Amino acid sequence: MSSAQKPKPPAEKIARDGPKLTGAKLEARLAETWRTPPGFIGWLSSVDHKDIGRRYIVTALTFLALAGALAIAMRLQLARPESRLISAQRYNEIFTMHGTTMMFLFAVPVMQGMQLYLTPLMIGTRAISFPRLCAFSYWMYLAGGLLLWVAFVMNIGPDIGWFAYPPLSGPQYGIGKRTDIWAQMVTFTEVAALALAVTLTATILKQRAPGMTLARMPLFVWSTLVVSLMVIFSMPSVALASSLLLSDRLVGTQFYNPAERGDALLWQHLFWFFGHPEVYIIFLPATGFISEIVATFTRRPIFAYPIVVLSLVGTGILAFGLWVHHMFATGLPRVGYSFFTSASMSVSIPTGLQLFCWIATMWDGRPQFRVPMLYVIGFVITFVIGGLSGVIIAAVPLDLQVHDTYFIVAHFHYVLIGGAVFPLLGAITYWFPKMTGRMMSETLGKISFWMIFLGFQLAFFPMHISGLMGMPRRVYTYPAGMGLELPNLLSSIGSLVVATAVLLFVANMLLSMRRGQVAEPNPWQAGTLEWAAASPPPAYNFAHIPVVGSRTPLWDAGERWPVVHGLRVDDRELVLTTIITAGPDTREPSAEPSPWPLISAGAVTVMFVSSMFSPWAVAFGTIPVVIALTAWFWPKSPTPSKEPVIE
Amino acid sequence: MIPKPTFEDDLSGLPTHAFGPRSLTWWGIIGFMVIEGTAFALTIAAYFFVMAQERQWAPGQWQPPGLIAGTLFTIILLLSEIPNTMVKKAAEAYDVAKVRSLMPVMVAIGLLLLIIRGFEFNSLHVMWFDSAYGSIIWALLVLHTTHIGTDWFDTIVLWRLMRTPHGESPRRLVDTDENALYWRFVWLSWIPIYLLIYWVPRMFR
Repeated sequence: MSSAQKPKPPAEKIARDGPKLTGAKLEARLAETWRTPPGFIGWLSSVDHKDIGRRYIVTALTFLALAGALAIAMRLQLARPESRLISAQRYNEIFTMHGTTMMFLFAVPVMQGMQLYLTPLMIGTRAISFPRLCAFSYWMYLAGGLLLWVAFVMNIGPDIGWFAYPPLSGPQYGIGKRTDIWAQMVTFTEVAALALAVTLTATILKQRAPGMTLARMPLFVWSTLVVSLMVIFSMPSVALASSLLLSDRLVGTQFYNPAERGDALLWQHLFWFFGHPEVYIIFLPATGFISEIVATFTRRPIFAYPIVVLSLVGTGILAFGLWVHHMFATGLPRVGYSFFTSASMSVSIPTGLQLFCWIATMWDGRPQFRVPMLYVIGFVITFVIGGLSGVIIAAVPLDLQVHDTYFIVAHFHYVLIGGAVFPLLGAITYWFPKMTGRMMSETLGKISFWMIFLGFQLAFFPMHISGLMGMPRRVYTYPAGMGLELPNLLSSIGSLVVATAVLLFVANMLLSMRRGQVAEPNPWQAGTLEWAAASPPPAYNFAHIPVVGSRTPLWDAGERWPVVHGLRVDDRELVLTTIITAGPDTREPSAEPSPWPLISAGAVTVMFVSSMFSPWAVAFGTIPVVIALTAWFWPKSPTPSKEPVIE
Repeated sequence: MIPKPTFEDDLSGLPTHAFGPRSLTWWGIIGFMVIEGTAFALTIAAYFFVMAQERQWAPGQWQPPGLIAGTLFTIILLLSEIPNTMVKKAAEAYDVAKVRSLMPVMVAIGLLLLIIRGFEFNSLHVMWFDSAYGSIIWALLVLHTTHIGTDWFDTIVLWRLMRTPHGESPRRLVDTDENALYWRFVWLSWIPIYLLIYWVPRMFR
């Protein structure tokens, strides 16, 4: 046996929080321990989940603006028949960039950014579980986004649609580098999303404050857990699909080439095995936002909490059994049609249950129609319309009629914008005071809500009509005299209203950040733990780790605020708890800031980008990656400290 | 307003490390194993999808892969679990000296396996560009080779680290323990791939 024996009781000289070290003195020391180093290098080295979460959110909103600008370009083109504003080729690029940016660079990252910012605060811990992996994830995401957009600006953007079906995307038709850039962007964003999913899962399972059993977890955290597991099981599919596509294009494999016994439909299976869960990866975080907002603004816990949790889990599982409904037009065995139709319809059951639980909560509570709550109402109306059109197209004969028409465009914008973007805007308004320390303007918020809500209906409802009249999606123009002029003009006017409203929302954010009313820690009188931290929260989140005795600890606190103590103050330390009952289990060090995640992401970027030009780049590019990862992991002091730290 | 804190449990006596599901490292490793396992499972699904296009498997014009290199690889890989378990148990028993002496064995085994893997690629009797059959066989083998390579490099870094004073730190023994767990994933995932590359093409001809 060596000197490394079972743990010894800690030496007395180490400073720890507790009755003797509390209040301002403790906060000053924790702030010093947990601070991000000053200066630009310090900024690049940050591993604070709040910094990285904010970066994710701001970057994703920037991509939303870019993709939104492309949407306006498309609507201007389609506002009148036979328009020559945009050429057919450029239009192909624009709708590809719009869909790809919205799905891969906005919707998933913005939700994960919110999860990353909020989860540690909501479960009462000081940091995320693998902070450097989170930093790495952000840089990978940024690199993937830049790759796509720099290519677009350089006129080599992809033009194959956001789901890139072969043979159009294969080596025979997808000539040039456009498709390689699309496929490699997928690799970047999947690496980023998977890394975050693992850290969020570990954080939720092991870092909940003592007493926060699984049954006391906030519903947003439940949705984060389910979504992270969905990411883990679904995203390898698109990463595999795009890797096989790249290898078909770059080294001559034959996966999707029917001439050499491959099959283009293999792509569709692999893509949609990811692509359908993706919809719920975007939607379920939104249901988490709604559960928190509805509880706060009705002043009561969510009705039937266990049913909402089971609905989240049920949706997460059912989401993996639906992918083939995207392929009804490819020809399937009859039993396949029946199975995937019934599976597609059945997923509306857990979602419906959640809706009824929210309605029951509002019914029984005292709803206050502040801006976040208005977005919830907007969500309910819009999402129900989108859900109903979803049930319609789950039926094969109807799907075959409207396949690839504007009816489908209308459907998925109703479920994605109504189901995810409305709740997101509500969530931004709701947590804005926590993130910035200031409230958003209620008046500007209400004006932008009504413009977005009504503008959205004007933009997208007529698409049902144009779709039923036979207008295919992805066409750059349409002939006059077929009755398509009016619905298209209305859609274009609606899209301009939405764009104006979104600009107003952003202006509200910017103005409020400077001049908004200063927010206290809990301006909405909410019940969950994040509102116990200051607004904005300090780097260490909580001076003392709370002990949780209910689902809404702030509402049930009374005169007592029980906390645990004894964590180190001069080193970064977390308390880990047991998975189900959240009993205190171990103390674990948390990683200090480091530039190595950024350097590693840079090395991986060089390898990924150069591999589009030569397969040898994978071999040579691995060397700097390996060096950077080793430096990331390797301890920086020659000897270990008495109590563990991650330098 | 939040009331003043009421101090309950003192956590200063809690350990600063733990093995298995009590540690964050374990959850991180499990997370990545599930991701990679899903990728393996989907590649296997793609294998059967491609196989369904053919009347014969391996398709008539190609001989099934030669058995010698792959089978030798499999035997050594399975036997490697013996020293791997010894490293794992030594780490859990805080026996740093034993860990330090066994890790070079695992490094040597990794190197040997990578060399044999080279011969395996050479005995597939089909190239990746020949047909979808060749593509999927190569894909399975390349995917698994990245795991052997990654774990081999991991083990080298960890071995060098364990030889420094940091090796005495119990948290490094947790790292060693989880590295051994990952090796189990590497050989367990190989078993179905071995059958798919070497035996299924013999069974359906």
